[in-house]
Amino acid sequence: MKTLLTFIFEPGFFSSQPVLTALFVSGVAAIVSAVVGIFTVIRGQAFAGHSLADVSSAGGSASYLLGVNPLLGFLGMAILGAGGMELVGVERARGRDLATGVVFGAGLGLAALFLYLDVTTTSTSGTTIAVLFGSMFAIPSRTEFLVVIIGSATLIILIALYRPLLLSSINPEIAAVQGIRVRLVGLVQMLVLGSAVALSAISVGAILSTALLIGPAATALRLAKRPNLAIWLAALIGLGAAWLGILLAYDSADWIPGHNLPVSFLIVMLVFLTYVIASLISGRGRGIASAKIATPIRSGRS
Amino acid sequence: MFSGFMLNAWIIASIVAVVAGVVGFFVVLRGNAFEAHALPLGSFPGAAAASLLGINSFIGLVVFAALGVLGINRLGRRGKQGVATALSLVFLLGLGALFFSFTNEYAPAIYSFLFGEVLGTSTSQILLVAFLGAVAIMTTAILYRPLMLDSLSPDLVEVSGIRSSHMEILFLLVLALATVMSLPVVGALLVFSLMVGPPAAARSFTNRPLVAILLAVAFALLTVWIALALSYLSDWPVGFFVGSLGALFYGLGRGWMSWRPFKRSTHLLQRSASAQ
Repeated sequence: MKTLLTFIFEPGFFSSQPVLTALFVSGVAAIVSAVVGIFTVIRGQAFAGHSLADVSSAGGSASYLLGVNPLLGFLGMAILGAGGMELVGVERARGRDLATGVVFGAGLGLAALFLYLDVTTTSTSGTTIAVLFGSMFAIPSRTEFLVVIIGSATLIILIALYRPLLLSSINPEIAAVQGIRVRLVGLVQMLVLGSAVALSAISVGAILSTALLIGPAATALRLAKRPNLAIWLAALIGLGAAWLGILLAYDSADWIPGHNLPVSFLIVMLVFLTYVIASLISGRGRGIASAKIATPIRSGRS
Repeated sequence: MFSGFMLNAWIIASIVAVVAGVVGFFVVLRGNAFEAHALPLGSFPGAAAASLLGINSFIGLVVFAALGVLGINRLGRRGKQGVATALSLVFLLGLGALFFSFTNEYAPAIYSFLFGEVLGTSTSQILLVAFLGAVAIMTTAILYRPLMLDSLSPDLVEVSGIRSSHMEILFLLVLALATVMSLPVVGALLVFSLMVGPPAAARSFTNRPLVAILLAVAFALLTVWIALALSYLSDWPVGFFVGSLGALFYGLGRGWMSWRPFKRSTHLLQRSASAQ
């Protein structure tokens, strides 16, 4: 039994500070992202979620210039982006993809500028990779504290607004009839999305954070029949993928001499595989993803 | 500003802008903004894979762009298109994270693949880009009528004997082609800015498709020209200016739409927007 345990958990796994930090930060990020992801997928906002992640990379790269914690940079820019998308896309929901795209383009321009300034002024050429693909085992100290605050604030908002959020995601018309302020709820949803994205960006990197946001939620919506069940399942899948990814990355030093497989790569592959397997076994007609209630609000060609 | 390597940059950026304007019009019309972002961004790890294997980076781009189209199409059949696109994209980018971990030499290369290396283009590259650009525009011209019809009313196109799902995959392939040709030059993220900003702005000014396409091309050309000039003068990355100008043009278009005295909301293109 003991040898099996040391086989699975390489020596030093639980006593290494970077590993513990990574487990904690990615755990919180995975749970928050998975829960927010459920609403994101039901609303058909996968694109907005991914855009916010990329836009937040501008904040992440600016934080290296300003010398503040990257998480604050990611968060600031994601919130700005979320507000911008709501503002530009105000008039009609159907223009939302376009509004997303344009805010997104401008945000990417800023990211280009800040990364360029990073590379030219601070001579740390690794910044680009750290911002975009994550640096899980090199999370700056005192980040845990921020993660706790942002993560719990997001979850509290989600719990408090659970019903209005869910109802206006599934059917905005009925929500409006019931006196829910759909626009305001939409804004809250975008802000919550921004903070989930920022948490994921600090763990798996800005452009891969979409994996934690969309993957577990889409998988859970395929398998579960009820929204509450889907939320628990998504959180479980996200947490499982994140922790298993970290474990495999730590152990992988033994498989290929002198080379650790990147954590972000392993987590993304686990998330992707889970989704493919779930969609193979569920087929059509199971789970709320395929039920009538959750058909996209913008009944687009898909 | 117009000599030697800068001249190459002007020519190649102009070609890319023309293609982005034409293809981008349909991206905006069909609501394929996410795909227009995912295909370029998902293809760039292909270049890294190619250089690990020691083959031409162009082959890597083609393979990864094809994988992207395949993933979006296959996964999209079973679920929502947005989810399919997002998951295909992170799958390809995840592979990218793996490739980049094998060496540290990629840091500058990653930056140029994402944000462009327009100043480092050779004359032979111009020929390749011009050829691929011509193919992309010709394909779009041939597909013009069914594409328009499919974008406006997928039901109508089925009646005329064309499968709407076929049009979708054909358009994704055109998008992949435009991606592969422009990625090494303007970078993965900027292809997208060029394909969405200028055409979205063009649509605010006119309702006639052909005029909108020409206007989109004109805006895209203006964007890259101004961006190149400003980048040359300020030494800041081209990408920053392309992104900002794209947003600026879109803002002008929106301003024009709300300012103009009469409403044209019943026109063809507007209706197509509501159909999405």
